[in-house]
Amino acid sequence: MAGLSLDLLALQIFTGLALGAVYVLLATGMSLIFGMLTVVNFAHGAFFALGAYAGFLVLALGGNFWLALLAVPIVTGLLGMAVEWGLVRHLYGRGIDDPLLLTFGLSYVLVELIRIFAGTQGLPFDTPDALAGAVDIGIGYFPLYRLFVIAMTVTILFLLWLFLERTRIGLIIRAGARDPEIMRVLGVDTGRVWRLVFGLGTAIAGLAGLLAAPLQGVSPEMGNAILADAFVVTVVGGMGSLAGAIIAGLLVGVIVSLTALFAPEAGDVAIFALMAVVLLIRPQGFFGRAGLMS
Amino acid sequence: MIAVFLTRAARHRALLAALFLLVLPFLLPFRATAVNVLIDGLFAVGFNLVYGYVGLLSFGHAALFGGGAYATGLALLRLGLPWYGALALGLVAGAGIAGVIGLLATRTRGIYFAMVTLALAECVYYLAYQASGVTGGENGLRGIVLTKIDLFGLDLDFVDPLTRYFVIATIVALALAALSRILASPFGAVMEMVRENEARARASGVDVRAVRVLAFVLSGAFSGLAGGLQALHLAIVPIETLDYGNSGMVVMMCLLGGAGTFFGPFIGALVFLLLQNLVALVSSHWQLPVGVVFMACVLFLPRGIWGQLARWRPA
Repeated sequence: MAGLSLDLLALQIFTGLALGAVYVLLATGMSLIFGMLTVVNFAHGAFFALGAYAGFLVLALGGNFWLALLAVPIVTGLLGMAVEWGLVRHLYGRGIDDPLLLTFGLSYVLVELIRIFAGTQGLPFDTPDALAGAVDIGIGYFPLYRLFVIAMTVTILFLLWLFLERTRIGLIIRAGARDPEIMRVLGVDTGRVWRLVFGLGTAIAGLAGLLAAPLQGVSPEMGNAILADAFVVTVVGGMGSLAGAIIAGLLVGVIVSLTALFAPEAGDVAIFALMAVVLLIRPQGFFGRAGLMS
Repeated sequence: MIAVFLTRAARHRALLAALFLLVLPFLLPFRATAVNVLIDGLFAVGFNLVYGYVGLLSFGHAALFGGGAYATGLALLRLGLPWYGALALGLVAGAGIAGVIGLLATRTRGIYFAMVTLALAECVYYLAYQASGVTGGENGLRGIVLTKIDLFGLDLDFVDPLTRYFVIATIVALALAALSRILASPFGAVMEMVRENEARARASGVDVRAVRVLAFVLSGAFSGLAGGLQALHLAIVPIETLDYGNSGMVVMMCLLGGAGTFFGPFIGALVFLLLQNLVALVSSHWQLPVGVVFMACVLFLPRGIWGQLARWRPA
């Protein structure tokens, strides 16, 4: 490892944080949906891909990246709400596996729809002009777009925190996660709250897909691969915990990025090894509550 | 009358399955589909052992099936084992991988199980992808040639499609007989007890985790055998055998047919493959109708086709 400087290491860690930011967003959306609805959304990867393709469509129609940034979460969020209303809500109260299986079937449908309308081949996705190039961040030059991804993630998480902790609806959501029955007794239409939460989760997933698109291009299968990674993040961080999603997401991103530097051939396997270790030492994850596991 | 018949039928389920396999290739519109129904049916039967009988939803069965396929292929190619030795190795490989995944995944419960098995299977996929010197990596394991099946002085032509079908059908029928025996054993009852009421099983002194791991290993043995048969049948092990899509396929097959029933997984494999083949005649986008059918099945027919039929018996 001659020529390995501390700066290079720091840059690689920073690259890992940008990658981790995408994981954080994906896992946050999944955790949000699970924490409230106890639904594991297997179509989360499909919404991720859908977000990237929706962004691609906005650009192809002559819009710019900023417009896509606004339109994509609205589109995937509304679609998520439609899915909850049309499909998922009929399975509440049945086994915990049923919504998981349903969303798994849905992921087949959504990915195939992408293939039908956008082709089976992957497409390149240009970095927006304003965010092209690199900036000096003290330890070396770092791609501006990756900085932007980190900043966007921080912003989204902050807004989500504000929404959940400082608004009336957020209060209802948090209360509903604890005891939906009492909320119904108090006159809250929990069905509407759950729909909103599902849509919020898929909106964040779509946004994550859009943010990831300039980093990796778009392809119909882009969600399948990242779904497994998002599961690793969720298992490591603990299901239903936002703090867990953030810390585990960043950790997984940094690990992927560092193994890519030190042991490229182990890059794909390292995070699964991490998950195995966490399962052996702390099966419920960093922040998982044991009660949510069954 | 019908109830009596069904009870009798249940007692001889392995024999009935064998009879069904005997006529299957002559019933199907696509002869080539028959062998796939056998192999995927056996795979779905293996999956059903953990999902249908123990209640664990695994999304990582591709690793068990693919592990068996690679082990059988490598045994023929590199070790020069006879075909039955190679198949046995496939079975053992499936069980072995299931042991490792099972031990890790059973540390969690409920909803985590599906996620952990999916992630671990993905890990096996990447390992096989990286070890291209052994597995052929992206190109798959190629050049598995088996033209003759020799056993007890018999010398069968494995190239002839119908002979091939009956060779594989015989092995599958034997596996089903073994499964029928397992399900009828006290262990079979304990598996269902764990699914139905974990707390009661624990209170009765059942080591729930051991039952889960053992069921997963048994499931791996069936899946590995199915994988091995596919390696012999296709003469190649594509890397997609280990793919997430393969794990999902077996989930769909089992649920379409009916989880927790003896014949369900086979019916599911049959329906799935027929649907896939029929759609493929008009469009390459078979995943769309298959996904819709599966969602409809989860919503409106949670017991699956066979599960629903088996309940529908006039008293």
